Amino acid sequence: MLLEVNEVTRTFGGVNALDGISLAVEKGGVHGLIGPNGAGKTTLINVLSGIIAPSSGRVFFDGSPVHAMPAHRLAARGVARTFQNVRLFPAMTCLENVIAGQHLVAPRPFLPILFCLPSARREEAGYGQEAMACLRRVGLADRVHVPAKALSYGERRRLEIARALASRPRLLLLDEPVAGMRQKGVRQVGSLIQSLAAEGMTILLIEHNMSFVMGLCSTITVLNFGRTLITGSPDEVSRCPEVIEAYLGVSEHHA
Amino acid sequence: MAALNQFFAIYGSLVNFIGINALLALSLYLTLSAGQLSLGNAAFAGIGGYTAGILTMKCGVPFLVSVAAGSLLAGVVGLVLGLPVLRLRGVFLAIATLAFGEVVRIVVLNLDITGGAQGLVGIPNITTTWGIYLALAVSGYAIARLRYSRVGWCFESIREDETAAETMGINTTYYKTLAFTLGAVLAGFTGALYAHLNYIITPGEFGFSVALDLLIYNIVGGIRVWYGPVLGAALLTALPEILRGTGLTAGPIRMAINGLILLLVILFLPNGLASLFERGGRGKPTAFGAAVSEEA
Repeated sequence: MLLEVNEVTRTFGGVNALDGISLAVEKGGVHGLIGPNGAGKTTLINVLSGIIAPSSGRVFFDGSPVHAMPAHRLAARGVARTFQNVRLFPAMTCLENVIAGQHLVAPRPFLPILFCLPSARREEAGYGQEAMACLRRVGLADRVHVPAKALSYGERRRLEIARALASRPRLLLLDEPVAGMRQKGVRQVGSLIQSLAAEGMTILLIEHNMSFVMGLCSTITVLNFGRTLITGSPDEVSRCPEVIEAYLGVSEHHA
Repeated sequence: MAALNQFFAIYGSLVNFIGINALLALSLYLTLSAGQLSLGNAAFAGIGGYTAGILTMKCGVPFLVSVAAGSLLAGVVGLVLGLPVLRLRGVFLAIATLAFGEVVRIVVLNLDITGGAQGLVGIPNITTTWGIYLALAVSGYAIARLRYSRVGWCFESIREDETAAETMGINTTYYKTLAFTLGAVLAGFTGALYAHLNYIITPGEFGFSVALDLLIYNIVGGIRVWYGPVLGAALLTALPEILRGTGLTAGPIRMAINGLILLLVILFLPNGLASLFERGGRGKPTAFGAAVSEEA
């Protein structure tokens, strides 16, 4: 198991956004996280990426405890993420966004750059190629020098994934990667996620697009009211009566 | 040559002031480039200036050593002030540095060693015009190159979106403190140069209005590229002389025109005067411009 979540709770005031969640994410798999609005999906991703600390419970990444770590140290361990309400660097171009995302893998020391040493020039060319590869991978090779704020909605989501890839993560947390996208974009992102998983990257994603989740994920965890309803294969999950109840409610004379 | 000498006889001190103000504006630019608003850079210049002036005058320390000491002390004070405040986000740094500036001014006003309200008088006149402009050229170049180092990318990322920067592995507290401290060092350095320029420094020269001027230089010149604050400082420092040349005397009119320029820039050039000088295409994406081509 690459990621283990153990009885994690998170309270905001009197509200239990996460109420004792446990789940395990397998190495190299695509793990889906679904549930009705307000189930705690984004809160869980925020805890897993270190944006907020859990109120109690433990999180293990690759065997070591990470629940008390700030986001930047978790990132250094190999956790990257995207945001539900895309958080790019708006004034930077696509290429610059990805270059900024290379923070953990590109030291870019100041002195060689100050003196324009050939070694710095060589390294920079290498990083540039790598950044281009990330952009090509998400299908933004023709938007290299376009500022992020000028991109379409779907392009922004893909650029955010490219920026996350730039840090060569081991675990990628995607918060609604295809929300608001058209069919073509959904298919593109789907095959991108599949190819990343095939290379051994582990992916945990939140998504409301059910056909997308069912077709892509090997394991799905359903959350409701901050608790885990079920973890299982897409088949098991779609047949589970509690899941149907959580999504559709239950009519009174059957209750 | 004679014409140049005449120009310097008349405008020498203006040229010096432009250089000093440009350096101070750059010191704030460093902090702004990481998205942090400091209103304490005038006070850091004061710390550097008084430290260096006192060392040179009363302890007989060589010029360069006292300048280094002034810069260092300003940096240390900046670090001590920045560490607790920069753990927080938002306007806290602006408020803390605003208060800090007043504290420095009042302390300097009331100490004996700083000469109180009369100022520190009789500092040897060592700083030269070429010295100021050498410092400006070196710091301008270093800041321009810093932009493409890891530190520079961190500053830019934090300014654009602090949360996203944090999740990319950037220790935002560290880099914000670094930006603030580097700004304090450059401000202290400039203050030390300034102290050795005019025989005298007074507390008022490092007050709140100067801190605000530095911010205006940056806004008018532009905070996206290193030469923006230099342009802004040059234009607004020379403005009274330009106005005198056109027959308008300084005074209230100067303030009005200052405000008008600021307003016009904010309305029509959101990225400052520097955006007038940018080439048609996008700015250089990497440290060496053409290192990445689109069809690569």
